[in-house]
Amino acid sequence: MKAAIVLFPGTNREIDMKDALERAGAATEMVWHGDAEAPPCDLIVLPGGFSHGDYLRCGAMAAHSPVMRDVVARARAGAPVLGVCNGFQMLIETGLLPGALLRNAGLNFVCRDVHLRLENRRLPLTGALAEGDVIRVPVAHGDGNYFADDETLRRLEGEGRIVFRYVAGPDETEERANPNGSAAGVAGVVNDAGNVLGMMPHPEDATGPRQQSRDAAPLFDGLVEALS
Amino acid sequence: MKARVHITLRNGVLDPQGKAIHNALGALGFDGVREVRQGKVIDLDLADTDETGARARIERMCEKLLANTTIENYAIELC
Repeated sequence: MKAAIVLFPGTNREIDMKDALERAGAATEMVWHGDAEAPPCDLIVLPGGFSHGDYLRCGAMAAHSPVMRDVVARARAGAPVLGVCNGFQMLIETGLLPGALLRNAGLNFVCRDVHLRLENRRLPLTGALAEGDVIRVPVAHGDGNYFADDETLRRLEGEGRIVFRYVAGPDETEERANPNGSAAGVAGVVNDAGNVLGMMPHPEDATGPRQQSRDAAPLFDGLVEALS
Repeated sequence: MKARVHITLRNGVLDPQGKAIHNALGALGFDGVREVRQGKVIDLDLADTDETGARARIERMCEKLLANTTIENYAIELC
């Protein structure tokens, strides 16, 4: 299984993503955003960071980078695409995923562990966990407050497209569970075809020996297995 | 031709920054402010000479990049 990781000016989580994928047995290749296309691969990853300094809106400029024309076309044709944090913001800006990501409700940049409940395991990335499983992973963002109109939220809910939701962990209050004010506690959503997944938390940073949690390692193991 | 694009949050979209400004105004003693909504202004200097064409082009710019129409409205002012 080979994953292409797209680099933009301001991307900073690409090595974490590469390590997590390689630990799970994948081969990886970095792709520059100015390239005309991504190489042949089984998965395209848009990692976290602050592409183009978050100017205008997070992910707005990156969504129109040259390589993104190829990424969007391949995503629409069914290629698996994973966007994490800034990558999720880009997927929203391309229109591949619905809704918007607003400034965090508390206005703070939130950098800490959160707990996520898996709500849909019928996806390559999530098949290795059981539905309802709660994992501990870090978030690090200032604009992760998921917004969608009521009708869109109802549709996402009904179609099982809210993949991850913020929930309270052990000894955690409900109020602290949602780090950014996201509507319905949405932490990650998938497109209607099920091949494009975007999430604000960083599963890649909960897979390794020197990280505080390894809860997300099964996600990467499952992903590599499903796409091999 | 110069143009100014006003980008504002749509009704019903939460505006944490507007809320923070509202609170700060209250702390400074400015009473009677019912609500604060923060937006953006983008000034464009265009080579266009035809107003209708320019407006149509700016609309496309707004739809493609300048605004996120899921959460934002835009208004174009030619000057």
